[in-house]
Amino acid sequence: MEKTEENIIEVKNLIKKFGNFTAVDNISFNVKKGEVFAFLGPNGAGKTTTIKILTTLLHPTSGNVIVNGFSPVTNQDKVRHSFGIVFQDPSLDDELTAYENMEFHAVLYGIKPNAIKDRITELLKLVELWDRRNDLVKTFSGGMKRRLEIARGLIHHPKILFLDEPTLGLDPQTRNFLWEYIKNMSKKEDMTVFLTTHYMEEADRIADRIAVIDNGKIIEIGPPGKLKKDTKSKTLEDAFLKLTGHNIREESASVKDHMRLHRRMWTRR
Amino acid sequence: MGTIYIMWLRELKRFWRSKARVIGSLAQPVLFLVALGFGLGPIFQQAGGGNYIEFLAPGIIGMSILFSAMFMGIQVIWDREFGFLKETLVAPVSRYRIMLGRTLGGATVASIQGLLVLAISMLIGFMPKSLVMIPVAVVFMFMIAVLFTALGTAIASKLEDMQGFQLIINFVIMPLFFLSGALFPVDNLPNAFKVIIQIDPLSYGIDGLRAAFTGLAHLGLLLDLFVLASLTIIATVIGSYLFSKIEV
Repeated sequence: MEKTEENIIEVKNLIKKFGNFTAVDNISFNVKKGEVFAFLGPNGAGKTTTIKILTTLLHPTSGNVIVNGFSPVTNQDKVRHSFGIVFQDPSLDDELTAYENMEFHAVLYGIKPNAIKDRITELLKLVELWDRRNDLVKTFSGGMKRRLEIARGLIHHPKILFLDEPTLGLDPQTRNFLWEYIKNMSKKEDMTVFLTTHYMEEADRIADRIAVIDNGKIIEIGPPGKLKKDTKSKTLEDAFLKLTGHNIREESASVKDHMRLHRRMWTRR
Repeated sequence: MGTIYIMWLRELKRFWRSKARVIGSLAQPVLFLVALGFGLGPIFQQAGGGNYIEFLAPGIIGMSILFSAMFMGIQVIWDREFGFLKETLVAPVSRYRIMLGRTLGGATVASIQGLLVLAISMLIGFMPKSLVMIPVAVVFMFMIAVLFTALGTAIASKLEDMQGFQLIINFVIMPLFFLSGALFPVDNLPNAFKVIIQIDPLSYGIDGLRAAFTGLAHLGLLLDLFVLASLTIIATVIGSYLFSKIEV
């Protein structure tokens, strides 16, 4: 019993197959309450798939998953109330304003109408988007969208914040700002942060513990210092390369590229 | 209730903000009305069919609703690839409500397009017979809109990307339109063709619109109402089920 209180996420023997392809191959790990936990791995290692399973978007092929005391398979609503998420790809509605995107989220998460305005105001000010609240999101830069998504993910005071490569393509200033903010937030609210990133120095600086995942398997798990020590590396990047090898990974994509093209064709007028 | 309302509101805001798209989507029905209405009008009259614009306008209103509604439903694919769908799918609310809100929003937009086409057709000479029946026509418009938004959502829930989009236009939307009796009277057609038209759900919508606007029904107002309402409910149930099963 005590164990479940301490671990906010428990994953045991998790397997996810797509047809013949095993994206996640029998992984087990726990994340402690209030911890900043990083998932590192090359492209196609299974990071996003794992996050999707933890956040109820995909069903596992087999294995046990507990998030905040509930199963993402059988108790989806309880799990969904527990977390906020910033996806790898933007998930804002470009045709709505920043404020409307926030409001939309607040309504979906059942925030009481009289509290909605205060929370949105507070968060938009924190991520320095209050002045732009009535602008359509399609006029925002990548960094502004990210900040807005993080603010949105925090409206309902989640116990866990999932961040799937949240700083991809952002400048160092914005990255620094985001991580500082997230770290403070995690301390203040005792919020658990589960993140993935390709920036090793970020993970080194932010994460309490790191799991290195490759080909669907967890290779090594522990604090950044331990990973470096175990691999006799100076930097986390060296440790990472020693653990996962130097081969460049191919990620199957293209569907998305197609979509982008189509959307451009259809929305340009 | 909050979920359905906010999803509905989103569709309306997006519609309101994309005026270029609204105008674009009116171009096709207007072209049909003008080219076919005036082009075939004299022949139609000579053949004893009466005023062709009067016959055609309800069909074109139905067509514009069919197109808009299907596109509104199919937008699930866009939302899926451009992320916003995920935001709604991880929210702690029933997916049935999300689907219902989307569908009602899309259907409202499609109905507004239908009303715009009605207004335009009245400008070029279409005159509903009785004003009392206009609310009945609006009910039909909304049912057509809900039916095809739900159908579009159902199809889009099973598609991974836009590759199948052309197929949907050519093998679903176009046949639904051309085989619905929107453009020609059904009475003297060969029997086999009549059967096909009776299978097409849009036939009942357009027949109902025609009955409400002009008093001339081929199938009968009550039958139209019954069939269309049943199909709308079935499509909404299937659409919500498939939508609730989406994995991204």
